[in-house]
Amino acid sequence: MSSIITRVKQKQIAQLIAKGKRLDGRSLTDYREMKVEQGVIERAEGSARVLLGKTEVMVGTKIETGEPFPDTPNEGVLTVNAELVPLASSTFEPGPPDENSIELARIVDRGIRESKAIDVGKLCIEPGKKVFVIFVDVYVLNHDGNLIDASALAALAALLNTKMPNYEIEEGEVKIKQGYTTLPLKSRPITVTFAKVNDKLVVDPWLEEEQIMDARLSIAIDDYGNICAIQKGGSGYFTQEQVLEAAKIAKEKVEEIRKKLNW
Amino acid sequence: MNQKTEKLIDKKGVRLDGRKLDELRPIKIEVGVLSNADGSAYIEQGKNKILSAVFGPKELHPKHLALPDRMVLRCRYHMAPFSVQERKSPAPSRREVELSKVIREALEPSIFLEYYPRTGIDIFVEVLQADGGTRCASITAASLALADAGIPMRDLVVSCAAGKIDDTIVLDLMDTEDKIGAADVPVALMPNLNAITLLQMDGILTLEEFEKTVTLALEGCRKIYPLQKEALKVKYVSVKEVEE
Repeated sequence: MSSIITRVKQKQIAQLIAKGKRLDGRSLTDYREMKVEQGVIERAEGSARVLLGKTEVMVGTKIETGEPFPDTPNEGVLTVNAELVPLASSTFEPGPPDENSIELARIVDRGIRESKAIDVGKLCIEPGKKVFVIFVDVYVLNHDGNLIDASALAALAALLNTKMPNYEIEEGEVKIKQGYTTLPLKSRPITVTFAKVNDKLVVDPWLEEEQIMDARLSIAIDDYGNICAIQKGGSGYFTQEQVLEAAKIAKEKVEEIRKKLNW
Repeated sequence: MNQKTEKLIDKKGVRLDGRKLDELRPIKIEVGVLSNADGSAYIEQGKNKILSAVFGPKELHPKHLALPDRMVLRCRYHMAPFSVQERKSPAPSRREVELSKVIREALEPSIFLEYYPRTGIDIFVEVLQADGGTRCASITAASLALADAGIPMRDLVVSCAAGKIDDTIVLDLMDTEDKIGAADVPVALMPNLNAITLLQMDGILTLEEFEKTVTLALEGCRKIYPLQKEALKVKYVSVKEVEE
């Protein structure tokens, strides 16, 4: 996922971070400018576009009917998929999803699933036979770092915007009726990602910071300030103190984001 | 569904399999179990049975993947179709792709990759039987397989999970506890460097609970570490005795 960045610039970024500063003028715990737009695709049941600095992610949700999993016959199904679309970066290639896009999808999925964001019990049509399946498709449109936070936020924005079709059952068949209700949501998980650069933690790394980071840590926080999912990435390590510090900062950052977005 | 009401811990603080809250499952580790691999290890942790093999350092194929300044580490975590209750398709699932990545990233910090530029190492992990916590046991075994292959390393990587079941923080979740439990936190550690190389979590924990869980998981890692070293010694000390 890397492209070329000069050694001079690498050094500059790393040295600034050691002093608690960043090349783009942010503090170590600042997010880039965040823009959330909902309902951008009319054909989708729900959609959103999130801009995090120059990183741009679109998420569309679709609702279909399908079979429940055998171990959860009374629950609807959530499916998250992520596409690193080739137009988003010269390092993305067409083809089946690679480990980066699978990991991205699974991190977004884990945040939504573990926080029990979707009230899956209300998505059952006929126990063991028919339930609603919610497809969340993450579409990365421009890659400038921190795809995880942008994708998780866009997925949440799209779910908040998702309309459930009204339906009735006629002779075992689902008949879609006029009108919509909102998707039953119980929590709104928000993910905060840290990069470890020069042994310091920085929030919301942009692309060039990601290219020189040792490791990455993503923490999802639910409505009640609880941690609901974590993923470490990258080929470096964290100390226990760094992990606990990150968890604390993540909680604060999520409160800030909730205030800003009114969620 | 009715499982949810079932108690995972009894009044005396004893778990379904008879363990105490901070007790590991029985662990058996063996190093050098495969003759064709450059390094290998086998681990049993509870009902988990996992084989790991290392091939390399060797020329990388396809060649364009090689890096001029360091070795490339590749990892495949794979579950045998018969390793779980319902047959698992042998094709790699999304879960396996993700786990292959996080296991690789857990092991990478331990290896002096820059010692072998333009080469590659393949790490293969085969889960023969799964009983919860396979990624952790896989890392513990794979790190030993790397050591067995003679790869220069900063430290062994050892891994263990802790989690929350029945509102209690416990060590080393087995399958049932993992499925019904409230949260699971797998951690990998290089004990001599106090470096956490794998950290994941699913479920819901408060900040305080999370701190407790990570601490317990790290304690678990430190308990498994001597077993790991012992397994290495068993192989190489016995070799030395034959030489003498």
